[in-house]
Formats: sequence, structure tokens, C-alpha cells
Amino acid sequence: MSVVPISYYLVLSGVLFGLGVIAFVYKRNVITIFMSIELMLNAVNLAFVTFARAHNQVDGLVFVFFVIVVAAAEAAVGLAVVIMLSQNRQSLSIERINHLKL
Amino acid sequence: MPILHHLWIILALPLAGSAVNGLFGKRWSQPAVNSVAVGSVTLGLLSVFELVREFSQLSPDQLPFVGNYFTWMVAGPFRVDFALQVDQLTLVMLLVVSFVGWLIHIYSTGYMAHEGGYYRFFSYLNLFMFFMLTLVMAANLIVMFVGWEGVGLCSYLLIGFWFLKKSAADAGKKAFITTRIGDYGFTVGVLLTFATFGSIDFGTIFKSVASNPISETTLTAISILLFTGAVGKSAQLPLYVWLPDAMEGPTPVSALIHAATMVTAGVYMVARMNPLFSRAPMAMLVVAIVGAITAFYSATIGLLQTDIKRVLAYSTVSQLGYMFLACGVGSYSAGIFHLMTHAFFKALLFLAAGSVIHAVGGEQDMMKMGGLRQKIPITYWTMLIATLAIAGIPGFAGFFSKDEILEAAGAGPRANFLLWLLGIVGAGLTSFYMFRLIFLTFFGTPRYDEQHVHVHESPRNMTIPLTILAFCSIFGGWFAAPHLVGGTEYFQRFLAPVFSMYAPQPTTPQAASLAGNPESGMAHNPALELAHAILSWPVGVAIAGFLLAWWLYIRNPDAPKRLAASVRGLYSLVFHKYYVDEIYSALIVRPLLWISTNVFWHAIDEGLIDGVVNGSARAARAAGGRARELQSGNTRSYASWVLVGVLGFTVLLLALYLRGAQ
Repeated sequence: MSVVPISYYLVLSGVLFGLGVIAFVYKRNVITIFMSIELMLNAVNLAFVTFARAHNQVDGLVFVFFVIVVAAAEAAVGLAVVIMLSQNRQSLSIERINHLKL
Repeated sequence: MPILHHLWIILALPLAGSAVNGLFGKRWSQPAVNSVAVGSVTLGLLSVFELVREFSQLSPDQLPFVGNYFTWMVAGPFRVDFALQVDQLTLVMLLVVSFVGWLIHIYSTGYMAHEGGYYRFFSYLNLFMFFMLTLVMAANLIVMFVGWEGVGLCSYLLIGFWFLKKSAADAGKKAFITTRIGDYGFTVGVLLTFATFGSIDFGTIFKSVASNPISETTLTAISILLFTGAVGKSAQLPLYVWLPDAMEGPTPVSALIHAATMVTAGVYMVARMNPLFSRAPMAMLVVAIVGAITAFYSATIGLLQTDIKRVLAYSTVSQLGYMFLACGVGSYSAGIFHLMTHAFFKALLFLAAGSVIHAVGGEQDMMKMGGLRQKIPITYWTMLIATLAIAGIPGFAGFFSKDEILEAAGAGPRANFLLWLLGIVGAGLTSFYMFRLIFLTFFGTPRYDEQHVHVHESPRNMTIPLTILAFCSIFGGWFAAPHLVGGTEYFQRFLAPVFSMYAPQPTTPQAASLAGNPESGMAHNPALELAHAILSWPVGVAIAGFLLAWWLYIRNPDAPKRLAASVRGLYSLVFHKYYVDEIYSALIVRPLLWISTNVFWHAIDEGLIDGVVNGSARAARAAGGRARELQSGNTRSYASWVLVGVLGFTVLLLALYLRGAQ
């Protein structure tokens, strides 16, 4: 049985992360942006798992669990923020969310 | 001996008066301001009288009596004490300043009664008294300099008293800036004195110069530098131009500051520094030449002036020239004597002129006066007495003092025929222009508007000072009358210790015989007969001047015009004061203004300094403007910047990694 080389996983992880970054920067809908963040997190998870497997160490796996937990919490908070935003400004466009500026 | 051990009281009185009036006088009534101002100078005068009494009980070896109050500053070997001293010269100056100042304070209460800023005027006047007394009582050059600059400040404030009038404000500035040129020389002179003697204390300097041989070049340099200060302050050539303009100030100020006291500070300083000057023959010659030329030159300008106060101003410049001539030919006591008599008769002339101006409703042009003799008799008589005194008519104060100067210039140890000649001609011109003033003002037909001008004699607080000064103008000279006319020369003998204590020792027998008794020795002088012959000259020219003025302005009133027409060029030259103001303006003032405006202001200040300051501000602002765009508030731009940052770091880490790998 042939083993899939480690670089394949890493390239896939990199491609997924790059797609997440591009989507984050170019998409306007807040929910899409939110999804692109999840995509980036999972790309990183993939890289962690790959290295854990390659080095036969458990640290990477543990880290992935933490990331999943944080992502879940973040999703809960983030979606609540998105709901409040959509209620307050009747829009989900990121262009309208510029209140960080003084 | 209370006052002698508390000399500072004499200074503190006018200073306190000035402070009280300056701080609180604004809300007070005129009598209240008067009582503070006149009260303080009255007490000052009384303490000076008390000082005279105590002084007479001192033994000669206690002189000069120095009161050292506190150490003002110490820096290495440089030490300045706030020290005051009294000797015969100081005493004479104290009496003149306090007495004339007191009279002029009283006169001012009448003259300034209808003016705004009454309290301010008296505050300045008291402050002037304080600084002038500091100047004459100082025991070292630095304290003297404080007084020296202080009187300059008060002069500036009082010339520009009517500061809303542009000409007055300009005249104040002119006085301040012109004297500053001289003061620069004075300051350098003080520094050079310290560098040479290691002290600025009069006593130490004089002892040192008398006992140590110091190169004549150094002494000449010090003397000439100090004299530069005197040239500015005492309005000598070429820095005299401020004094005629200073007549923009109120007339009592012209009388006190610009005739009787402040302008004579230069003469006092030269007399005070006599041990230095006497050892620098070159400097003495310079002093004498400047004095003689000024005496003659400004007398010629006085001939044609029509403003009554300006005639007197040029006359003051001229008389100050005589005082310097006296100092320059080594007869300091004659210079101080003329200073004293001049203080009396010139203060009187100015105060009387003020009374005339008061009478004709503020008019100063003599061409618009005339025939005032019967209408203001007290002013007329007192002014006539002062004129007789300044013209040098025998018996009056000016006769004795001017004679003594001319005698010293013509027959003294440093006699010089040319200087004497300038002095004699100047004396004739003085007599002429003063009688011209009298004739134009008081004689002939009235040329003022008789319908509208109500001519009236001045109030009593103005006429009484006039009368007292007239008395002094007659008798003030008598106690210095020379032996030749049966006098006692008390004044010269009184001052002699000041001028002989550190006088240079004569080197040749001939000089020794001449200088054997330098101040009172004229009568035993081999040149006695010459002096006799010379004594008749000043009287002659004085009478000639009177006759000429009488002939031109009383006998043939049309003659002056015809005479002016026949020498039109010369007349216009003198009438325009030799265009000196215009020449100074073209040669000094305008180039300086041009350089200041274009180089210092526009190029250096606006271009360079403002450029650097504003440029750095503008650069910071531009950088901030750029950096501000980072914080657009747009989430996506933040995300992009984060991305840029991450990429940047990645590239950096990679580069480091690759370098490490090599």
C-alpha cells in the first residue's frame, strides 16, 4: 500500500489557507467572511494533524482539539455579533461596518 | 551721624515715591500724587542738606566715604558690591540734582495739571531722581552703569510720555537707540577696566593707576571707550542728534533730564574717572576736540532754529561741549562748575520757555510769538536773567564758569589756541542766538493770534521755581569767582582733593610749575598776564553777540530776511541742521533697516528659522496624514494590512532561515 506523501497534505493545507485569506479579503458578506475564517482554521488544523502524524507526536493533535473548541466558541459569539449587526443596520455588508474608525 | 551711615536713604526716598505713585496713583487725586512725589524729593533734598552738614565734619583722610551695603554678585575674581560713596564731587552733584529736581517737581505740579497720566509722569520723574542719584553716588563702575542705564530708561519713558503722538514715540526711540551706541563703548570700557585693574571699584582702580605703571595705550583705550559712552549720553558729536528731538517730551522733562542733570552724566563720569583720563593725553585731546567742535557746531545750528525749545536744545548740546572742553584741557573743576551753573540757568531757560508756551496756548514757534514782555513779566525777567547768565555777561553765573573754561583752554597747562578760538566764537554765537530768542519772543509786535490766544502769566507753583532759579543763575557763580576779579575760588578749592588725590606726578620741572597746584593755581601761573588778556575776550564776544542780535531783530527787523537771501546756500544748509539727520538716515538707518528687513527678517528669520520650524511641523503632519489612512475603519483594509504584515514576516523569516542554512 502506497503512502500519500506528507507534502500533499501540506500543499492542500496551504491552498485551503490561501483560499480562506482571499475570501476573507475579497468577500463582502460578513457570514462569508466568517466562513472563510473557519476555512483558514481548518487548513491550519490539517497542517497540525499532518505534522503530528509525521513526527508521531501527540502535541499537534492536542492543539487541534483546542483550535476546534475555540472555533466553536468563536462561532457562537461571532454569529451573535452578526445577528446584532444585521438587526442594527439592516445589512450584512462589511463596507457598512466601519465604526472602529473614530 | 545718621545719613552718612545710611546713604541708601537718599536713594530709597524717590524710589519709594515712584513705586507708590506708579502702583496706586492711578486712582488718587492730583494733590495726593503731588504730596507723594514732591514729598519724597523734598525729604531727599533735606537729607542731602543733612549729609552736607555731616560731611563737613569728616576729616580729609576719611574721603571718599564709602558705604558698602551688600555684595551684589561674585564670579571668580569679579566682585560687585552695592556700594555708595560720598566725596566733594558727589556732594556737588547731589546738591545740583536734588535741588534742581525738587524745583522742577514743584513746577511740574503746575505745568502738568491739565495733562492725562499725571500719576505716571510723577512716577517716572521720581524714578529718574532715583537713578540719577544712584549714578552720582555709585562707588564702582557697575553701580554707576545701573544709574547710567536707568536714567536712559526714564529719559525714554518721559520723551515718549505722549506716546500716542508718533513724533514723540519716535523721538523716545531715537534717544534710546542713539545713546545705546555710546553705551556699547562704555560697556567695553568697563570690561577693559576690569581686565586691566582686576576691579571695577573706583578706589581700587585709582590707587592702582597711581601706584603701578600701566601702559598709556591701555589707559587711552579705556578712556576713549568710556568717553564714547559720555558722547552718547551727553549728546556730543557725532551722537548729538537725539537731544533736539527729545524736546518732544513735556517741558519740565526737557529742563530736568535734557538740560540740567542726565545729559551732564557724561561730564560727571569723565570728571570721576579723572585719574585715568589725566594719564592718557591722547584721550584728553580727543575729549577737548570733541567738546570744542560740538560747542561751536551746535551753536551755529542754534542760530536759525525757530522752535523755542529746539534753540535751547542746541544750546544745551553746545554748553555740554564746553564742559567736555574743560575736562579735556584738564580743568575738571571748571567743567563741573559749568555743569552746576548750566543746570541752574538752562533749567530756568527751559522752565521759562515752558511758561511762555503755556502762556501762548502751546505754541512753540518763536515766529508766532513776540511782544510778550508786559504780559508775562515774571517769565520775561527770569528768562532774561538766564540769558544774561548763559551769554556770559559779567556778574552772572555763566560768566564765571565759561570764563574759567576758556581761560583753561587758552592759558592752562594743556592750552590750545584752536580750541580756545572755537570756544570764543561759540560763546559769541551763544550770546547771539539767546538774545535772538529773547527779542523774538518778548519784543516787537505780537505775531500770535490775539483774538484767540489769551496770554496769561503762569500759576504761582510755576513762577516760584523760576524766581529761585533766577536767583541761583545770578549768585550761583559767585563762590567760584577767580582771584583776578577778587573772588575766593571756593568752589575750585572745595573740589581740588578729588582731582589732585590721584593726579599724575609731573615729570618735567616746567610741567611741575604749571601743575604745581593744578586747580587753584591759575593766579600764581606764569601765564597770568596772558590769562588777563584772554579774560576780556569772552565778555567782548558776548556783547558783540548781543549787539548783533539787537541790530538784526530790534533795529532792522527786515535785515534777517535780506541777509538770509544773500547767502541762500549757507542759510539753507544751517537751517536744515547741516542735513545730519538726513545723512545719518541715508548712511546708517536706511541700510541697517534694509539689511534687517531683507536679510535678518525675511531671509534668516522667515526663511531659515521659520522654514526649519514650520518644515518639521509640516513633515510630521504629512507623515501623520499618510499613516492615518491605515486606520480607515474599513475591516477589509485592516485584514489586507494584516496580510501584508504576515507576508512580510514570512519573507523575513525565510530570508533568515536561508541565510542560516548557507
